[in-house]
Amino acid sequence: MIRIVLPHHLRTLARVGDEVHLDLNGSATVKAIIDALENKYPMLRGTIRDHGTLKRRPLVRFFACGEDISHEPPDAPLPDAIAKGDEPFFIMGAIAGG
Amino acid sequence: MSGVRLLVGTKKGAFVLTSDAKRKDWKVDGPHFAGWEIYHMKGSPVDPDRIYASQTSAWFGQIIQRSSDGGKTWETPGSSPEDLKGPDGMPKGKSNMFVYDGIPGTHMWYDGTQHPWEFKRVWHLEPALDNADHVYAGVEDAALFESKDGGKSWSELSGLRQHDTGPKWQPGAGGMCLHTILIDPKNPKRIFIAISAAGAFRTDDGGKTWKPINHGLHSQFMPDPNAEVGHCVHRIAMHPSKPNTLFMQKHWDVMRSDDGGDSWREVSGNLPSDFGFPIDVHAHEPETIYVVPIKSDSEHYPPDGKLRVFRSRKGGNEWEELTKGLPQKDCYVNVLRDSMSVDSLDPCGVYFGTTGGQVYGSNDAGDSWNAIVRDLPAVLSVEVQTLK
Repeated sequence: MIRIVLPHHLRTLARVGDEVHLDLNGSATVKAIIDALENKYPMLRGTIRDHGTLKRRPLVRFFACGEDISHEPPDAPLPDAIAKGDEPFFIMGAIAGG
Repeated sequence: MSGVRLLVGTKKGAFVLTSDAKRKDWKVDGPHFAGWEIYHMKGSPVDPDRIYASQTSAWFGQIIQRSSDGGKTWETPGSSPEDLKGPDGMPKGKSNMFVYDGIPGTHMWYDGTQHPWEFKRVWHLEPALDNADHVYAGVEDAALFESKDGGKSWSELSGLRQHDTGPKWQPGAGGMCLHTILIDPKNPKRIFIAISAAGAFRTDDGGKTWKPINHGLHSQFMPDPNAEVGHCVHRIAMHPSKPNTLFMQKHWDVMRSDDGGDSWREVSGNLPSDFGFPIDVHAHEPETIYVVPIKSDSEHYPPDGKLRVFRSRKGGNEWEELTKGLPQKDCYVNVLRDSMSVDSLDPCGVYFGTTGGQVYGSNDAGDSWNAIVRDLPAVLSVEVQTLK
């Protein structure tokens, strides 16, 4: 089970609480997590990554085990602690804009 | 029992204000979508309980919301269980998917270079006159989209953006937005739109082909002040009984046309400033119009710190100031282009919202005003629905 923490605005959009829990079929990657997240909560499509290019939106960041992995390839394996659910995967809105 | 419902979009959420026909006592519901920018909400003329909302964020992009119960509850269209799976087994989730038709091409950037068209947000939603599932969306960078399935999916009416003049369109200070959509009630294939800063356009064939309708506009800031496109039109208004007569608040100048936009003449007359954003028409008097003069394009607040609506009962040129109930000193708010609306009760109600978070209403066609609410987030849009 993967634990995901969404930014406040996306929690209200998807009507979820502090954490979202998902089961993945394959290995834990950023792409696999967002695919599963959008599958369960289609209203999130286009809010984390672009509809067409599937690139991360500029003011969205990904954190795993305290590290900013926003620029890592989306197919790169995530740490075991994320894959096992010991640590949550954070999707954050950049602190910008006042 | 008749009444009115105000749909107020703000920088930090949506609010629904309701009152009976007296329009004295109001109930405030909200914020809906707290923390999100709500650029615009509008109800269907076919089914007033069907309301569409444009919810946006610089971080998380565009969301379309839809209500089927007059704004009490909302959903993103296409998110219900029967809508989830597309042909590829994945969710459709296309209600916020605004993709330009074909290769988007380029328009003029602030520095005069060419810049690719990039979708940013929906500024204005205009439900069709005859079908609650049919709705138009005016977007930034300027284009017109439509949905015929209640907002579940969108397609571009690309004849507009692909007009020969497209490479000459440029963004105004607020972005290159398509902010006005007026449907001719006598001929729904005739649609007027306005873009800042490209100007006004008209289609007579339901959106396939478009014609710039800017003859008579004069914009001193442009290299050619009388150019076919490039004018910063802030708002256009029309009375449904006279769709050939259009009123325009331009960046500077209040204008009118009596030939469906083919030609315009200035009717600023005795206004203290002819800069402003909204313009609207009385529900029962097609020659009675309202504007809110703003001091200048670098000082987005009322002249002399006095918030005044100006009304002309002669279709322009001769204006009277309406001040009763409005602050007449130390007022430095702005009133944005989509923030004025009129109801169709008798007497006509007039409403507008400010960047200071006030929503003012008049239940006597503008003779007197009251603040319905004073402390909302900055108001981006106000639409009123007259409920039978």
